[in-house]
Amino acid sequence: MHMADALLSPAVGGTMWAVSAGAIAYSSAKVRKELDDRKVPLMGVLGAFLFAAQMINFTIPATGSSGHLGGGLLLAMLLGPSAAFLTISSVLMVQALFFADGGLLALGCNIFNMGFIPAFLVYPLVYTRVAGSAPGRKRLVAATMISAVIGLQLGPLCVVLETVFSGISALPFSTFALLMQPIHLAIGVVEGIVTVAIVTFVHAARPEIIPGAMGARPLGRRPFRAVLVAVFAAAILTGGVLSGFASKNPDGLEWAIAKVTGAEALPGTEQGLHAAMTALQKKTAFLPDYGFKKDGNRGGRNATDSLGTSLSGVVGGVLTLAIVFLSGFLLKRRRPTA
Amino acid sequence: MCSIDGTLLDFKNLDRLAAGDTGIHRLDPRAKVVVTLVFVVCVVSCGKYELAALLPFFLFPVFMVTLADIPALYLAKKIAVIIPFAVMVGMFNPLLDRQVVLHVGALGISGGWVSFASIVVRAVLTVSSALVLVAVTGFPAICAALERMGMPQPFAVQLLFLYRYIFVLTEEGAQVSRARELRTFGGRGRGIRVYGSMIGHLLLRTWMRAERIHMAMLARGFSGAFHTRRQFCFGIRETAFVLGWSLFFITARLVPVAHLLGSLVTGIL
Repeated sequence: MHMADALLSPAVGGTMWAVSAGAIAYSSAKVRKELDDRKVPLMGVLGAFLFAAQMINFTIPATGSSGHLGGGLLLAMLLGPSAAFLTISSVLMVQALFFADGGLLALGCNIFNMGFIPAFLVYPLVYTRVAGSAPGRKRLVAATMISAVIGLQLGPLCVVLETVFSGISALPFSTFALLMQPIHLAIGVVEGIVTVAIVTFVHAARPEIIPGAMGARPLGRRPFRAVLVAVFAAAILTGGVLSGFASKNPDGLEWAIAKVTGAEALPGTEQGLHAAMTALQKKTAFLPDYGFKKDGNRGGRNATDSLGTSLSGVVGGVLTLAIVFLSGFLLKRRRPTA
Repeated sequence: MCSIDGTLLDFKNLDRLAAGDTGIHRLDPRAKVVVTLVFVVCVVSCGKYELAALLPFFLFPVFMVTLADIPALYLAKKIAVIIPFAVMVGMFNPLLDRQVVLHVGALGISGGWVSFASIVVRAVLTVSSALVLVAVTGFPAICAALERMGMPQPFAVQLLFLYRYIFVLTEEGAQVSRARELRTFGGRGRGIRVYGSMIGHLLLRTWMRAERIHMAMLARGFSGAFHTRRQFCFGIRETAFVLGWSLFFITARLVPVAHLLGSLVTGIL
């Protein structure tokens, strides 16, 4: 479910960065205010636990394939939403930096899809509702399963939306959603079973851990909901501002909706920062009509004309790469003697 | 499939590169973080058909790798592991977008292939920039830089804690995993039930360890902040580094360098 930088536009990536950064700031303030000293090392070590646990795979019976724990829901059950969110965010950041899972710009999206959704949407709005204050075994199992499945439907849905809004991949919304959602339904069920297995085991071995975490949580449901609304408002605002200030046509949302409904088969990507950049590029470019054309003026040229320019494009590309790697090579050669 | 131990070793190796002592390593981490972010945004902001515009950006990773003495082959292997994911999402582009946008001789290339290639090139660029950043800076320094740039302190502490214990706990996880592998034959005992209690055990051990860690930290006067020994300052070199590269990225983004070069050469010929 990790998104990659390569499929994101700066407007979408930046918006999700803003949302996730806001949520991190909020969670940090909350964790600091709770002043539970024990929580700080616990969060760190549980992050490392999640990291280790994700590396251990289990076989999925009868398929021959294997999977691993996602862990967002489990951590929310153990630590409460804000601490869990910080923990998952930190794990995702390490994965982005060391394994390049996703990427730096996509980090905001990934934190939202895999951290914010389980910790701030699914856990308080689904899990605690279904489980109640002192759940019995059946209720616990039901609440965990439902939450895991919902969380793993919402996350991939966001992946699809973020990809479609970015417009780098040509996959239309409906096709992409049809690819993603059913697979993640299965993954959600497995995630639910695994989480249930872990929770019941821990419940049997150290019963104080799970209710203890739940007791720490209801520090006030209302302020939390207010913040949720504020974060969403901020998200929409940032999205609007980010795409609005640069966009030629101000109704970015309308465009997005038209695209989601699948009205256009071939997405037009001229929006937000892209539009600003291409507009700038048109002004500053020495050769305004070169071979690789933008969506706007595509196909309106005769073949002989574009043959010449695209040849120069290919030659130029090869030359650029040659110069880049040659300079690296020369640097490498030069340094030992220097 | 690679083992946990292998992954862990790989992880340590990348971070060990940060112990190098070159001009790049000595720069203030903030400068490197900022330049990497500008790089990523500039690369990603290229239109999906602008393949040639992406090529000048290779200069940055190539320069960093050579100047900072990072084994290029090692980095290339790490990048190669990630690329299939970009390929998987991008591979539908050639099927869905068949309009011809580029002619090379008599060969017409569809927009889908161009955008597919641009997705792969972007992935290589952004992935390599992230890996290079860690290899020349090191994770603790990146956290310190982010904290000084405004990241909330509890999150910074969380990241440093996580980093400190990843190795300890992943080793434990690897032991558990190996133990299970040695005891299971023909797939027996590898299902979800065993997995659940196994991870549960790992969780309990983690939890108890956290308690011990906390007590030890309290005994040593922990007050909620990590102190680092290294002090960095943002001097002339850092300013030059940030301004120089940013200028290059923005120029490469706005001016079609590759095309200019190409038309220059084809014009001469």
